[in-house]
Amino acid sequence: MEKKKNGFFEKLKKGLSKTGGGLLAGIFLGDERIDDDFYEELEEAMIIADMGMETADTLQEQLRAKIKEEKIKTRTEAREALANILADAMRPEKGFIPAGEKAVLLIVGVNGVGKTTSIGKMAAYYKAEGRVPMMAAADTFRAAAAEQLTVWAERADVPIVKHGEGADPAAVVFDAIASFKAKGCDLLLCDTAGRLHNKKNLMSELEKIRRVIAKELPGVHTEVLLVLDATTGQNAIAQARVFGESAGLTGVVLTKLDGTAKGGMTVAIKQELGLPVRFVGVGEGIDDLQPFDADDFARALIGA
Amino acid sequence: MAFEGLSSKLQNVFKKLSGKGKLGEKDVKEAMREVKLALLEADVNFTVVKSFVNTVTERAVGAEVLESLTPGQQVIKIVNEEMTKLMGGTNAKLEFGSRTPAVILLAGLQGAGKTTMAGKLAAYLQKHYGKSPLLVACDIYRPAAIKQLQVVGEKVGVPVFERGQSDPVETAKLAIEHANRNLKDLVIIDTAGRLHIDGDMMAEIAAVKEAVNPAEILLVIDAMTGQDAVNVAKSFNETLELTGVIVTKLDGDTRGGAALSVKAVTGKPIKFSGIGEKLTDIEPFHPDRMASRILGMGDVLTLIEKAQSAFDEKKAAELESKMRKAEFTLEDFLDQFQQMKSMGSMQDILGMIPGMDAAKLGNVEIDEKQTARMEAIIRAMTPQERRKPDIINASRRKRIARGSGTSIQEVNRLLNQFEASRKMMKQLTNMSKGGRFKKGKKRFPFGF
Repeated sequence: MEKKKNGFFEKLKKGLSKTGGGLLAGIFLGDERIDDDFYEELEEAMIIADMGMETADTLQEQLRAKIKEEKIKTRTEAREALANILADAMRPEKGFIPAGEKAVLLIVGVNGVGKTTSIGKMAAYYKAEGRVPMMAAADTFRAAAAEQLTVWAERADVPIVKHGEGADPAAVVFDAIASFKAKGCDLLLCDTAGRLHNKKNLMSELEKIRRVIAKELPGVHTEVLLVLDATTGQNAIAQARVFGESAGLTGVVLTKLDGTAKGGMTVAIKQELGLPVRFVGVGEGIDDLQPFDADDFARALIGA
Repeated sequence: MAFEGLSSKLQNVFKKLSGKGKLGEKDVKEAMREVKLALLEADVNFTVVKSFVNTVTERAVGAEVLESLTPGQQVIKIVNEEMTKLMGGTNAKLEFGSRTPAVILLAGLQGAGKTTMAGKLAAYLQKHYGKSPLLVACDIYRPAAIKQLQVVGEKVGVPVFERGQSDPVETAKLAIEHANRNLKDLVIIDTAGRLHIDGDMMAEIAAVKEAVNPAEILLVIDAMTGQDAVNVAKSFNETLELTGVIVTKLDGDTRGGAALSVKAVTGKPIKFSGIGEKLTDIEPFHPDRMASRILGMGDVLTLIEKAQSAFDEKKAAELESKMRKAEFTLEDFLDQFQQMKSMGSMQDILGMIPGMDAAKLGNVEIDEKQTARMEAIIRAMTPQERRKPDIINASRRKRIARGSGTSIQEVNRLLNQFEASRKMMKQLTNMSKGGRFKKGKKRFPFGF
């Protein structure tokens, strides 16, 4: 297990450092002076990582304060300080699903971010952890979505409940819960159709699914995770805000970190909306989605 | 919504200076900071932003702006012009080449929307170009990708060629033969999503390209992509020598700044955009309109085009002139409910009217169910009442409420809303009359 985790961290690091050895590695090299150039380069790097101007400014302020407070003189030390600031900023305040308890994961997001694939991988992950997962194919809109999830269910060897295309997604969830109870499963993973967050009626469909879960599984720990594609830019914040309002988000899944994108908008989302990242995906293999670790992420991002 | 249109931000910057009469370099600098912020917020690439701001600054500190009586307008005009230029100036048409069948190859990252776009493109080219397309499923990796293309193909009535999980290069070749035998003059190849840094996968798509010699090699890119869009576009362009780009998911509230960067970095034009979930939600890309969108200036031209394709031209012209003149009765209101239903959701349409930015839309909640009730209320009125809402007194209100199965409050609300929208249209018209654009210079005063 330990070895696997290391392999994953290596992948994460590799993914985050594809363009030139870590997001910020370049600016910590050679010259050790902490001057205006340094801050300018830093801001540029943060913006290129999709953190957005506001978050970049906030983090920079924190770094400036720390540099002053701790009398930091070199860029090498500054890198360490920034890694800590980032890790602190990204660390979730609360634990995730409690061990040994039943739980529901409702997976939401815009089209094409990797919801279905993430569910497949999460099912495999939790099964390996000793849980008894079940999938609910509540994406009844996109052509062949249920088939896609079925393939993942077979790969991960977990049961799946699905209806035909165009069925009521809340009804799929309802049936899945009945089967979940009957089969004695302890983790329900609900896929939903991708929807752009500005479509009001689709957003109220999510509210309905939430109501079904709350009614049929009262008191069961429910997490609503927004899946974000690492290549997404500043629009991710708008997505998190709107999905948060109608679906009551509790966290984020960051996918496709194996490209050259850095996923910096998750820092902005954590800062502005307090939503922590819970899983990161770094590849297409079934093991390439793993629980989020703030320190690993911060260090991989910075190349420390 | 967090995003205020850049044009209104710029207006604010210049409003502060209105007492001064003339712009100094410092004022331009402040304005450029706003431009920079807004572009970054719209996900335009950092390097592109830097050079863009430099170009605009150079022009903006020139005499034509500083001595102008409306420097603010001038700067916005320059920003808009430069942005349009950056995106390629005019709409770039699809090329079909001289060979039959013409081949279009779609490439892109995972989840960009290639499969859906393949279906949309097939339907569009069938309808508007009289083509007889064949869809080819070359995504052999993603579970159920072939099934998805088949479902999409069936919906738009276009056949799909597939050979299961076998070699995509061979599949593409055989598809051309298949198209020839079946008298298809257009082949659209859907490929697997791939990372631009995945050597093996990039080699595979390069081999597909070699095998079929496409007339168009189009990169499909998600409008919500952030700073990384340039890396993606660069790599795909280096491997495939793209002929153009398709931007998908432009129906979100995203500003689509990635579109701007992609053109700037690769030099390849954006040819189409996907604007919704329905398979008819595709339109040719117009750089000038996209510039207005990034600036937050609305998009009257697209609105009018949409209206035209949904009903006849005469009605579209009437609609436009009524909107402008604000001689707008409840009858038109009702008429438009019908027509707009066929044009798309109210939200889409309102978003295209200049001066209506997302922030203002926030309190004009548009609910399709609500519009059905409004329709019922208007239908319960007499023709005279619809033409002259002023005559609707208390007893008429009571009757209308009963007749439409609603309450007097709802009738009141509708009348108030109608009045408000009439006023808003009047304001818009006044705004465009009040020197926001030079007379006779542009047919449609969208923005300036």
